[in-house]
Amino acid sequence: MSDDLIEIEIDGKSVQAKKGQMIIEATDTTSSYVPRFCYHSKLSIAANCRMCLVEVEKAPKPLPACATPVAAGMKIFTRSPYAIAAQKATMEFLLINHPLDCPICDQGGECELQDIAMGYGRGISRYNDNKRVVKDKNIGPLVSTDMTRCIHCTRCVRFGEEITGVQDLGTVMRGENMRIDTYVEKSIDHELSSNIIDLCPVGALNNKPYRYSARSWEMIQHETIAAHDCVGSNIYAHALRGTVKRVVPRENEAINETWISDRDRFSYEGIYSDERLMSPMIKKDDQWQEISWKDALIEIVEKLKVVENNSAAVLASPNSTLEEFYLLSRLSDELSISNIDHRLRMVDFTDQLNDPKIPLLGINIAEIENCKQIVVVGSDIRKEAPIIGHRIRKAALSGAQIGIINENINEYFFDVAVYLSESIIGNLLGLLSALNGEPPEEMRDIFKQIKPTKEQQKLAAILNSEDKKHFILGHLAINHPYASAIRLLSAKIAELTGAVLGFITEGSNAAGGHLMGVLPHRGFAGSSREIIGHSISEISENNLDLLLLFNAEPGKDIPNLSAEKLTDSLVIALTPYATENYKTTADIMLPIGTFAETSGTYINCEERWQSFSGIANPVGESRPGWKVLRAIGSLLGMSEFEFESSESVLDEISQRLKDTPMSNEINNFSLQNKINKKDLLDTHLVQSVPMYEVDSVLRHSASLQLTPEASRSDST
Amino acid sequence: MKTLSKHAKEKIDLLLERFPEDRQRSAIIGALHIVQHENTGYLTAELMNEVAEYLSIPTMQVYEVATFYSMFNTMPVGRHNVAICTNISCMLRGADEIVDHVEKKLGIKIGDSTADGKIYLKREEECLAACCGAPMMMVDHHYHENLTLDKIDKILGDLD
Repeated sequence: MSDDLIEIEIDGKSVQAKKGQMIIEATDTTSSYVPRFCYHSKLSIAANCRMCLVEVEKAPKPLPACATPVAAGMKIFTRSPYAIAAQKATMEFLLINHPLDCPICDQGGECELQDIAMGYGRGISRYNDNKRVVKDKNIGPLVSTDMTRCIHCTRCVRFGEEITGVQDLGTVMRGENMRIDTYVEKSIDHELSSNIIDLCPVGALNNKPYRYSARSWEMIQHETIAAHDCVGSNIYAHALRGTVKRVVPRENEAINETWISDRDRFSYEGIYSDERLMSPMIKKDDQWQEISWKDALIEIVEKLKVVENNSAAVLASPNSTLEEFYLLSRLSDELSISNIDHRLRMVDFTDQLNDPKIPLLGINIAEIENCKQIVVVGSDIRKEAPIIGHRIRKAALSGAQIGIINENINEYFFDVAVYLSESIIGNLLGLLSALNGEPPEEMRDIFKQIKPTKEQQKLAAILNSEDKKHFILGHLAINHPYASAIRLLSAKIAELTGAVLGFITEGSNAAGGHLMGVLPHRGFAGSSREIIGHSISEISENNLDLLLLFNAEPGKDIPNLSAEKLTDSLVIALTPYATENYKTTADIMLPIGTFAETSGTYINCEERWQSFSGIANPVGESRPGWKVLRAIGSLLGMSEFEFESSESVLDEISQRLKDTPMSNEINNFSLQNKINKKDLLDTHLVQSVPMYEVDSVLRHSASLQLTPEASRSDST
Repeated sequence: MKTLSKHAKEKIDLLLERFPEDRQRSAIIGALHIVQHENTGYLTAELMNEVAEYLSIPTMQVYEVATFYSMFNTMPVGRHNVAICTNISCMLRGADEIVDHVEKKLGIKIGDSTADGKIYLKREEECLAACCGAPMMMVDHHYHENLTLDKIDKILGDLD
């Protein structure tokens, strides 16, 4: 037995426990369940519900298991008459003020209080006085409150203090009048704040959009993957007869722990938006008409057959599944179209040939919190990837020094050691100079004028250490007009300081898009293309004959492609939604399913492949994207294109990757041209995309659009 | 909107010196006393926000403290704070009659303020540790002991 392990006895069985562990942590490793309300493994110990009282030999009174450290030789009884009497007494007190409204409470059937009351509660209440009634507060469009049901476990309060860093909820008043409250009318507003719904052991804090729409026992729980950022949080979707009713986190310590972002939790509402495209449509004489799937596909295939490959382009959402990317890639190869891309908001393609084969985080998500120095460049990280923002906060709380280099000032709820605002390139050059680094040849002139500021020197001093460090480039850096300069300078700084360079990519599957060759300059598995296709900017300038849009909305997902530029092109849109932008630009629209209606695979930013199956019944006549692409391919007469399921597509991908394995070494980034432009050091060359606008499903999620976050982005 | 006065800030600064750095939270009670005193006996959400901002702590922590202690009023009250002790020693020496008398005289109940905003009868006051002079009451932080009804009339009458 190692030094930090000790022997204890739980319910007569001998168990090994770690020194300093609390009793409840030890019992949780065994089959002895100790009831609890306030204890949560991710939160600090409050010991205020007293539900976890257990008997400990030689202790003069029952002890709270969550707040009593184990000691060698301790004999713990969780089910002895003495322990049960203590637990029953606690339960009786907790139920004094709790209303008996389980039949109209959404928590009913999955309520910790209800469950434990079944086990420990008395059949009949001995309490005859008035019960406490607490007025409900409106805390925003996502979380409903029934504060009379609150048992003051303070999990939600501790969550705000410890996990998000925003203390919206607190305990006000005292004694009989004590309540959990925001005190002032206020919407809870952090990107992770809806996790209090899961934390609340009773029905006090509940899911507002889901309210009164289903019972927990009627629904089927499906494992799936969140589809809005490169993290790939593990989630459960709860479906009632094929309709997704709500989404809850699925614990995965390597990725999202027990949390998910509000975005991942409430995006499902977008599936049932009124703007869904219900059947294939074709524009005839400027009028949209319904058309059968068969006729629509034949129409499309005929157009594809005759189009000049140089004058056609394929643009796909970075949220497409790996299978969809693969089929798009094969279709384009078949038609010799190299104008294909999924990097829809990028502007600077000058150094794309030196792109890493797959842009990744460089380290595992769980490792972020072990880094001692983290620099985040060109990223509103909390909004771009909330879970990574949370991991960085954890790192900061355990002593890491965080540097932020970004044009905008974003709010962070931890100590930022150095915040370099204004021009990203200016700051990177200053930092490089402070580190005595050599500038790239092409930037020598401008580098001469750079004098590092105090702040830049401070960050340089922080980076001058032997510790583990991480250098992250976010969306603003990737979509910057001088993205290649930012990347090159960052790589130089990372090399000088021994930091790992990583990327926060857009969408849920940018890694998959890169791997499958949905790129103008590379094919499947990083193979080089003979003809380099047009970039997005060239596509939007060049008035191509035909454009195939895969869940990529002109003006929204592809900001530089406006409706005016598409008037002469034939636009085929595979889309879940019939928005105004599609209606004005497209000529044929095919309804495809959202992330919940299709099976597939996402590759997250740490190159983790996560497959999921379809959960929801298709809305209207929509079909999973991969099936539509397969049908187009078959009608084009492509050989070996008869996939029966998305799994068979995945099998083929795996097989082909096995035959041509791909290395992911990062190339030497470079600058193709001398960069000495006047606006190089300007700010606001790139606008960040609001958090609830990044993809089509989010734009149609009614409740998310009601949040203060969404209205903030409207006003900017 | 009322803001923290220069005087209040100076007093809070003095207070902060008593606590280690990064322990501004310890100064909440003292700071609220100062601010409440300047604001004729009660706190507003704006003032609490300003205290929080001045101490660089989350507003919620100030709300929690302000609502927890009975010595802070978070609703507007009269400018003179009259707290009659009704604990055991004072009760045995006739505190209940005193309360009745004061309530009748002012025409308000315990916990209310007079309509002219002059007097606030504090909702409850626990033992103020002056049992040797029971019955007693506290008016604007001053102790008045061995009360008689006449004495009370005079004390209340002298308030401006």
